[in-house]
Amino acid sequence: MTAAAAPFRAKRVLPGFTLSLGTTLLYMVLIVLIPIAALILKGAEIGPARFWTIVSSDRAVAAFRITLTAAAIATAFNAVYGLLMAWVLVRHDFPGKRLLDAMMDVPFALPTAVAGLSLTALFSANGWFGQVLHPAGIPVVYTIWGIALAMAFTSIPFVVRTVQPVLEDLDPALEQAAETLGATPWQVFTRVVFPAILPAWLAGCTTAFARSLGEFGAIVFIAGNLPGQTEIAALLAYIRLEEFDYNGAAAIALVLLGFALVLLIVSNILQSWAARHRRATA
Amino acid sequence: MSITIAGMTKRFDRTEVLRGIDLSVEAGELLALLGPSGSGKTTLLKIIAGLEWPDAGQLRVEGQDWLQLAARDRRIGFVFQNYALFPHMRVRDNIAFGLSVRPRADRPAKAQIAATVDELMAFLQIDHLADRYPAQLSGGQRQRVALGRALAIQPRVLLLDEPFGALDAAIRRDLRRWLRSVHEATGSTTIFVTHDQEEAFELADRVVVMGDGRIAQIGDADQIHDHPATPFVARFMGATVELPVTLAAGRAQGSGLDLTALPRRALPDGPAQVFVRPADLRAVPDAGGPWHITSRVSTGADLRLTARHDSGTEAEIQMPRRDAPALAQGAPVTLRVEAGAIFPSPRIDTTAPSILPRHKEIAR
Repeated sequence: MTAAAAPFRAKRVLPGFTLSLGTTLLYMVLIVLIPIAALILKGAEIGPARFWTIVSSDRAVAAFRITLTAAAIATAFNAVYGLLMAWVLVRHDFPGKRLLDAMMDVPFALPTAVAGLSLTALFSANGWFGQVLHPAGIPVVYTIWGIALAMAFTSIPFVVRTVQPVLEDLDPALEQAAETLGATPWQVFTRVVFPAILPAWLAGCTTAFARSLGEFGAIVFIAGNLPGQTEIAALLAYIRLEEFDYNGAAAIALVLLGFALVLLIVSNILQSWAARHRRATA
Repeated sequence: MSITIAGMTKRFDRTEVLRGIDLSVEAGELLALLGPSGSGKTTLLKIIAGLEWPDAGQLRVEGQDWLQLAARDRRIGFVFQNYALFPHMRVRDNIAFGLSVRPRADRPAKAQIAATVDELMAFLQIDHLADRYPAQLSGGQRQRVALGRALAIQPRVLLLDEPFGALDAAIRRDLRRWLRSVHEATGSTTIFVTHDQEEAFELADRVVVMGDGRIAQIGDADQIHDHPATPFVARFMGATVELPVTLAAGRAQGSGLDLTALPRRALPDGPAQVFVRPADLRAVPDAGGPWHITSRVSTGADLRLTARHDSGTEAEIQMPRRDAPALAQGAPVTLRVEAGAIFPSPRIDTTAPSILPRHKEIAR
């Protein structure tokens, strides 16, 4: 065999496929898989009967219910408001637009505990908003609404930042085409623009929901943490840990993990359905 | 539908895109807006569509003032340069779109929309693509779907922006013939924008040459080819060789030039410019000629020569190789001009706008 008989290989831009894949896998295993595996093993140690007792206790069920309900409220709010926000940032020009755009990332950057503190200060009975809301019979602090508020605050950037680039890339000719064909502005939005951003919007809403399920720092300040009323699942797991009840903490954490996995799977199915035309190739 | 445009101007920020357009389009006519990029042709098309709005001027269709109508009320068919098909809809739904967004009162029944779409797809020979998504189509197929979508609403006016711009040369020629037949079958008034002369002349009844926001000339292929109205049109039509001449009693004379083939013109005496296509120039060996051959390239069928005058002027010559005399590098020649357009040299006058503005565009 001569050297010329060796097969030619396309040069890749990034060198060392083996090395980069290896690094990626190592990272995944160390940072993501091993902790999750440890959690699952810990949960398995408990045994199914005991596991069921822990997670079906009144306090745990209430915590899951509160967490899911509040996350659903927060996500519903973000789904609408985040979409609107992305729309405004992409489609309109106004003074201070860049500042507003930068401020969108504040919930990402801010320590969530700080967010929780300031929200509590604003909405407590003598806070700026609380002064108005409390006498009106809408208590926010120490209720599920407070939890939802804290969740919405920390997860809004997920919706905005996933929808924004897709909206920016949307060809304006599509909307013009719809207009020349006689569509009203509402029809242009519902039949042309929204289907185009639907996959990104679903992805954004799912990540916002998942983030809300796991939110902790911002909530503990505003929720009041009354067991059965305003105690979220992540806090319950924390309390169990404080009590050195590792099994209890692991069981609750496992359920949260289960929620997150189901959510990701459902979201992927939905996104794949919404983007079905993209997979279609000649 | 007859279209009348009068005194139309439009500027984007400081750039004047349209500098006063007057144009009438007859009902059922197939009209081409031809010009280099930046000539304002697409802006004019978008104004007719209602996707842009002029700063001043009139736009009347069958006497109706279209500047009072939104795009969606004009019932026009607009075919975008990149087709702008809705990516998440199948071909069938793309074509049905215009009918399905009608207000409930005048929206046809579902079955009737489907029947119309089927009929249209058969007419456009795309019925086998009905259930595909735009991503699964070739450029030529997308073009047909885009036209089908525009035709579905039975437009009063059909507007096409660079309809063949993104296609291969062979497909272009096919689609051109096909579009012509579609136009004849539907009988709608059609305006299309192009920068390709061949396309404009082959397809259109009348061609409007645009440059620098103005209409430079309106006519058919022969008129515009033989009698360009301005130096800009001459250049755009490929007369890229500019030779300085002197006019006396309607006859042009120039150093080392044989201009006897040009007809006498009623132009004032004085300096002028003759615009010639390289293929309309012949190099004639002449021991005392002031032109010298500086380069000589053969393409097989043709000889491409460059001749340089003692004064520095250069001229490209393209002549059939079979008839060409033996010409070596550096050979002295005179140039025979078989056809060309003469324009008096613009007077250097900074106070008044020139009647014949010197355009900077380069003909493509």
